[in-house]
Amino acid sequence: MTTVLERLNYSLLHAMETDERVYILGEDILDPYGGAFKVTRGLSTKFPERVLTTPISEAAIVGVANGMALRGLRPVVEIMFGDFLTLIADQLVNHASKFRWMYDDQVRVPVVVRTPMGGRRGYGPTHSQSLEKMFLGVPGLKVVAPNTLGDPADLLAAAIADDDPVLFVEHKLLYARSILEPGKGDLIDFQIEKTGTVYPTFTLKPSENARLTIACYGYNFELARSAALSLLMEHEFFIEIVLFSQVSPFDLEPLFSSLARTRKLLTIEEGTLSLGWGAEVAARAVEKMDGLRVRRVAALDLPVANAKRLEDAILPSMQDVVNAALSLA
Amino acid sequence: MRYNVPVMDNNFTLYKTMLLIRRFEERLLSEFSNGKLVGTTHTYIGQEADAAGIFLATEPEDVVFSSHRCHGHFLAYGGEPYRLAAEIMGKATGLVGGRGGSQHIHWRNFYSNGVQGGIVPVATGMALAEKVRASGRVTLVFIGDGTLGEGVLYESLNIAALWKLPILFVLENNRYAQTTPVEKGVTGSIPGRFAAFGIPIWECDTSDVLVIQSAANETIRAVRSGSGPASLILHTYRFSAHSKGDDPRSTEELARLHQFDPLTIHGVRLNAEESTKAESEIAAVIKDAFLRADADPFPKLSSEP
Repeated sequence: MTTVLERLNYSLLHAMETDERVYILGEDILDPYGGAFKVTRGLSTKFPERVLTTPISEAAIVGVANGMALRGLRPVVEIMFGDFLTLIADQLVNHASKFRWMYDDQVRVPVVVRTPMGGRRGYGPTHSQSLEKMFLGVPGLKVVAPNTLGDPADLLAAAIADDDPVLFVEHKLLYARSILEPGKGDLIDFQIEKTGTVYPTFTLKPSENARLTIACYGYNFELARSAALSLLMEHEFFIEIVLFSQVSPFDLEPLFSSLARTRKLLTIEEGTLSLGWGAEVAARAVEKMDGLRVRRVAALDLPVANAKRLEDAILPSMQDVVNAALSLA
Repeated sequence: MRYNVPVMDNNFTLYKTMLLIRRFEERLLSEFSNGKLVGTTHTYIGQEADAAGIFLATEPEDVVFSSHRCHGHFLAYGGEPYRLAAEIMGKATGLVGGRGGSQHIHWRNFYSNGVQGGIVPVATGMALAEKVRASGRVTLVFIGDGTLGEGVLYESLNIAALWKLPILFVLENNRYAQTTPVEKGVTGSIPGRFAAFGIPIWECDTSDVLVIQSAANETIRAVRSGSGPASLILHTYRFSAHSKGDDPRSTEELARLHQFDPLTIHGVRLNAEESTKAESEIAAVIKDAFLRADADPFPKLSSEP
């Protein structure tokens, strides 16, 4: 059983072994500590010259990486907690994502910013958020999130090979999860289709006609699968799941194909509900197809509380997904 | 290859570079007044000695990151006035096809962006890339007294010094951050900010291009030797508004500044024939640049029919 963490770690190691332009920058990433979530463990021992531990200067680290990328290197930055993306907003929005277009396609900025995101570990209001929503829809910036179905190693390798900037959002709870095998476990009843894109979108089709489509990315695929199982066992209806690896910008064609069959859309995200990913997905779907019915499951419009009781109440749960599905179906 | 070659002698070359910047910027301001140009511009008039002196001390492959006030740096770098004029006029033939305009340009190893502070870590990363590839290039980043208010500057100074990166921080203190005088925006010591990180300091309070060039020579040589970053602090005067009309300074104050005019200070080193020659050559370059740029087409989005 290989975990998401192991695959991400392997991907970084492999990238460094095969491309000497790859540099890793971040806080506390040197061995023996190996990073706050251990994604970079072992790298500094093998490549001491190309693994750069940095001061606590998120804006400057990403700026430095932007400069390295403009001058031909392939830096990968770790921001220790996704909550700290606010500190690098200027570098992502006004620098990394703009240079290529603003300079009339004369430059490329192959930078990857990886960050652990999300709650459910009791870290409280500034270490538990899902702030990727603030970076969706920024022209020139891709937001990519691994999951347990696609290989996170391939996804990260694609991000490092990408000539444009990628914000790579890793939900903390995924690290310890195992990569799923099609045809086994909770996937046994699904036929899986995968787009041929660099950051693939997966469509999970049940053996019988589905009554609705769930759209999700990252950790929420775990909620979606549990909900699918529960809906099947307790309510005897099937759902389709469309799982995105590339969160922004959109290619919603696989979702439209699924919605043509089900006509009902349920989006799940861990960021706050208002003005989020699900709202945009739903708007695009409704613009494309008349007569769709839509529900969104997301966090309450509150900071993420520290106490488990409150955190659970604020973040979307499997039961929230089930309830929303029932209200749609 | 530089644009303004061949070099006759440094005195003449320096004068011509400064005059090119001056006349280019004057032409820009008049084009704005005539309504030919839209948007905004930040002129370099009064500060020409900084760019002229520095870029006589650089190597052609050195890397430069400039700011919103980048025209003077670009022209002294050797950039073509016609492509710059076309860019500012929003033409397809501009440096970046009209996408960037006055503040956001790129040509060869020259880059600029319009956000205060943010360019400093980017330039620091460029210096790191040049260092690991042992290119021997120096990276220069231009900041102003206004940039001293941005936190990311200090993060970058720390990293540049920590990693001994080949970067020169050029601080042009033109004494005003837009309309805010330096004494209302900056406390403590300006050189002390660099000293705190162990970054060596060269400092000039002059508009004499020869003094600046000499300091730039020493500073850039020090950075190229591999000893780490350095700073060049140039106290200077901006004669024009921050952008176009936003100048609250009194006419008396502005008149006083002209004793620091770098063209006058350096002009005494040229004979009358050289001055006339410089004026006529630059006039021809400016006329040609704006004439061609004016005739060029506007850009289209690739999605347009």
